[in-house]
Amino acid sequence: MKVKPLVIPLIIAAIALFSSAYVVDETEQVVITQFGKAVGEPKTEPGLYFKIPIIQNANYFNKNLLAWDGDPGQVPTLDKTFIWVDTFARWKIVDPLKFFQTVNNVIGAQSRLDDILDAAVRNFITSYPLIETVRKTNRKLGTSFEGVDLVHTAQPLKEITMGREKIIKGILEQAQPKLAQFGIELVDVKIKRLNYVEQVRKSVYSRMIAERRQIAEKFRSEGKGEAQKIEGNRDKELKRITSEAYRTAQEIKGKADGEAARIYAQAYSKDPDFYSFVKTLDVYKKVIGKDSSLILSTDSDLLKYFKGYRPSD
Amino acid sequence: MTWDWEKLQQQRKIRGEGSPEGPPRFDDVFEKFRSARGRFPGGMWLVLALILLVFVGSSCFFTVAVDEVGVVQRFGRYVRTTAPGLNFKLPAGIEKVTKVRIRHVFKEEFGFRTIEAGVRTRYATGSIYQSESLMLTGDLNVAVVPWIVQYRINDPYKYLFKVRDPTGTLRDLAEATMRLIVGDRSIDEVISKREEIADDAKNLLQIELDEAETGIRVNTIEMKRTTVPAPVEPSWNEVNQATQERERIIQQAREAYNKVVPAAKGEAEKTIRAAEGYALDRINRAKGDAARFLALYEEYSKAKDITRRRLYLEAIQEIYPKLGNKYIVDAGQKNLLPLLNLGRSQGGKP
Repeated sequence: MKVKPLVIPLIIAAIALFSSAYVVDETEQVVITQFGKAVGEPKTEPGLYFKIPIIQNANYFNKNLLAWDGDPGQVPTLDKTFIWVDTFARWKIVDPLKFFQTVNNVIGAQSRLDDILDAAVRNFITSYPLIETVRKTNRKLGTSFEGVDLVHTAQPLKEITMGREKIIKGILEQAQPKLAQFGIELVDVKIKRLNYVEQVRKSVYSRMIAERRQIAEKFRSEGKGEAQKIEGNRDKELKRITSEAYRTAQEIKGKADGEAARIYAQAYSKDPDFYSFVKTLDVYKKVIGKDSSLILSTDSDLLKYFKGYRPSD
Repeated sequence: MTWDWEKLQQQRKIRGEGSPEGPPRFDDVFEKFRSARGRFPGGMWLVLALILLVFVGSSCFFTVAVDEVGVVQRFGRYVRTTAPGLNFKLPAGIEKVTKVRIRHVFKEEFGFRTIEAGVRTRYATGSIYQSESLMLTGDLNVAVVPWIVQYRINDPYKYLFKVRDPTGTLRDLAEATMRLIVGDRSIDEVISKREEIADDAKNLLQIELDEAETGIRVNTIEMKRTTVPAPVEPSWNEVNQATQERERIIQQAREAYNKVVPAAKGEAEKTIRAAEGYALDRINRAKGDAARFLALYEEYSKAKDITRRRLYLEAIQEIYPKLGNKYIVDAGQKNLLPLLNLGRSQGGKP
């Protein structure tokens, strides 16, 4: 029982030490307040710190990157298309003292961010046509159907002058100065989702369907056209082949006829009279047959000996 | 009960007692404890101090699994990163360790969720997830793009301290990035060039993650089946069908072509060959005829009159037997008609 008087002050000292010490984490920063009033510089470096117990109070704030997720909302674009836009942003508390004095805590900051960012997003999206928010560059869009010229049911796609990245940058630049007064640094804003609202979606779908139908029809008629072409080619090819063969055959025959004529002429021209004699006899052999009747006079050369043996002259 | 057991062991150590003979009975322990308390007035405090020591001691070491590292903070400040295995640190309250699985590959799914992974993995694709994958393409059409991001934590310091919700940030950034990429492509490209989109998205997402200091490294972005919304799908199938149909019609025409054209070519060849045959025949005959005539002529020129006469008579000899009716009329007979009934052989027979 001798130890007791010593123990009690020791415990009190320990409690005092414990309540005066506080740890600042890597992800935190602390503002020390004394009766609700900030004192000293904010502690932004992690480590072990001490304060006056009870009188001073440690207020912790995040030092790391925080997220803000916008409430997805319906926004009309400049070309009067209603779209759903879901944005998010990332921000940091860069001046914890200012932050503590103006918005007090992260929840308070979120509502300020809501006010400022929602308005900025709305402003920018409504001041540009939809295509500006959707696209990033004027990259040429490829199609897997080369040579299919779509008759666009909607207006043709315009070139963009801004693009999503510039719009985002615009939103950021508009919102940033307004947030600086709260000790907040807006790191970036991004459009997470972008979609047509239900009614618009339906008409977009029917446009897409119509476009595809066009392509399908185009393919079908292309097939038919191609088949006709092949058929025509086939007919032409047939005609060409037959006529060319005929021509070649005639040429060959003609040349042969000519050659034959030359050979005959060369031979027969030696004695045309003899030729005519021999040929005539040949012709007689061929043309005179059973059906022919002959009346021979006894004057004829053959029968000149028929009536007598003396020569007639 | 361990509490009692521990105490007993401590008591034994203090009194320098040796090994026990079998498990002690509760009554014995209680009795001993009471007597010990009587003998040492500070015993209770000693026991408490020992418990505290055990507690502090146990918080002095920790194990880190093979796929992890341990991040140690002393009074909140980052001091070191430890390798896998058994590690030591200052006791709780001074040093704190957070284990980060740096070798594990994490997966985030967009547009669907795996319900049950297995041989036949089942997926959920409800309307809630659909809004993640529904996006506008550069030609202002709507595409359904589900995908997966696989990532590792490559900088545990940044991962733990720089961003409040690294996974949430990854999800947000991945969605924004994918929409940015898809927003610059046509619907056809979104459906047919998935590899290209995955590559672009991976590069862009990595830049964003580095900028945000998330300490996350993207391993791969894997695109699932990109498609068009369900109401539009039939018309897309129609296009596929039309392509098939086109091919079919063209093939049929080609078939018809191939059926006749080679045959016609053969026929043409035949015609030409026949003509060539004719030519050969004609020329050979001419040559033959010419040779015959010339040979005859040569002999004829030697004895013209005789040969002429012989030829004539030979011809007559050959011709006359073939003739039908032969009439010999005297040279004096002038009127032949009464004798003849010409044409009898043709029309006369009944």
